[in-house]
Amino acid sequence: MSVADSAHASSGLRAVKALCEESDFKVGDRVRIAMRFPIGHYRVPTYVRGKQGVVKMILNPMAINNEEEGYGRNAGIKGRYYRVGILLSELWPGYTGPPQDQLVIEVFETWLERI
Amino acid sequence: MEAHDHDHHPMLTDEVMPGYYEIMEIAVRELLIEKTLINPSEIRRQIEVLDSRTPALGAKVVARAWVDPGFRARLLANGRTACEELGISFYDDTQLIVLENTDKVHNLIVCTLCSCYPRSVLGLPPDWYKAKPYRARVVKEPRAVLEEFGTHIPDDVEICVSDSTAMIRYLVLPQRPAGTDDLSEEQLAALVTRDAMIGVVRVEI
Repeated sequence: MSVADSAHASSGLRAVKALCEESDFKVGDRVRIAMRFPIGHYRVPTYVRGKQGVVKMILNPMAINNEEEGYGRNAGIKGRYYRVGILLSELWPGYTGPPQDQLVIEVFETWLERI
Repeated sequence: MEAHDHDHHPMLTDEVMPGYYEIMEIAVRELLIEKTLINPSEIRRQIEVLDSRTPALGAKVVARAWVDPGFRARLLANGRTACEELGISFYDDTQLIVLENTDKVHNLIVCTLCSCYPRSVLGLPPDWYKAKPYRARVVKEPRAVLEEFGTHIPDDVEICVSDSTAMIRYLVLPQRPAGTDDLSEEQLAALVTRDAMIGVVRVEI
C-alpha cells in the first residue's frame, strides 16, 4: 500500500480504481509463461514459453499491445509488461551451474498465467 | 540485377553491391525524401546523434554513481531520468533500467531476439553482441561464456541474465574496484569499459 493509499484509508476516503488501473500480478507472484505458438513475430522468445517464474518488477506505465499493433488491430489497447525471473535450471533441464542462477525477461501480461 | 555504380547514392560507401534490405532501405529513404516527408538534413542529423553516443557516456554515469550515493540511488530507481540529469537524452524514447552488480549478484545483458542495446548511453553495440553465438549461448551457459571473456564468477554469486527483448533497455552498474579510493571521478570513468557495462567483464585497475 502506498503512502497515499494509507492516508486515504485512515481518513475513510476511498477512490475506486478503474479496471486495469492496478496490475494483474504483484511482485513475488508465481507465473507460467503461456505455451502458445501463434504465427508471426512475438516478443516472447520460444525458449521461455511454458516455463515457470516469479514476477520481479511491474513495468509502468502500461504499454501498447504490440501483438495487436503489429497486425494493425491495436485500437489503443494497452497492457503491462512484467520482469519475470526464471531459474536457469527451470529453463534448461540439466543446467549444471549454481541453483540460484536466473534469467529475467520482460513479458507482456497476455502471456502470463497465474500458478 | 544489373551492376551499376552508385554516383547517385552519395551516402553509400561500400564497394560491394548492397544487399536486399540495404536496397529496400535506400528505396524507402529516397521515396520519403521525394515526397518531402523527411529531408536529407534530418537523416544526417540522426546519424550525428547516433555517432555522438559512445561508451564514454555510460562510463560517466557509472563513475558518478560510484562517487555520489544520492545519484546512485536515483539511477537505480529510474535509469533514464538519472542519465538525463547528466545531459544524456533518450532520443529513441526508451526507458532504462540499471542493474547493479554486488557481492551477491552478477548481471549481464543480451537480446536474444535481435540486438536491443542501451544505445543512448553506450552507442552502437559490438558485433559479438549482435551475433548468434553470444545471443544463443549466454542465456544457456552464461558462466561458460563469461569464462571465455576471462571473467570467473564464484559459485556463491548469482548470475542474472537480463534478456532485453521488449520495451526496456538495460545498463549494468559494475562494482567499483578496490584500491580506487583516491581516484577522481574522471579517472574512475576512464576505467569503465563498454564490456563492463554489458556485464561480461569486471572493471579492473
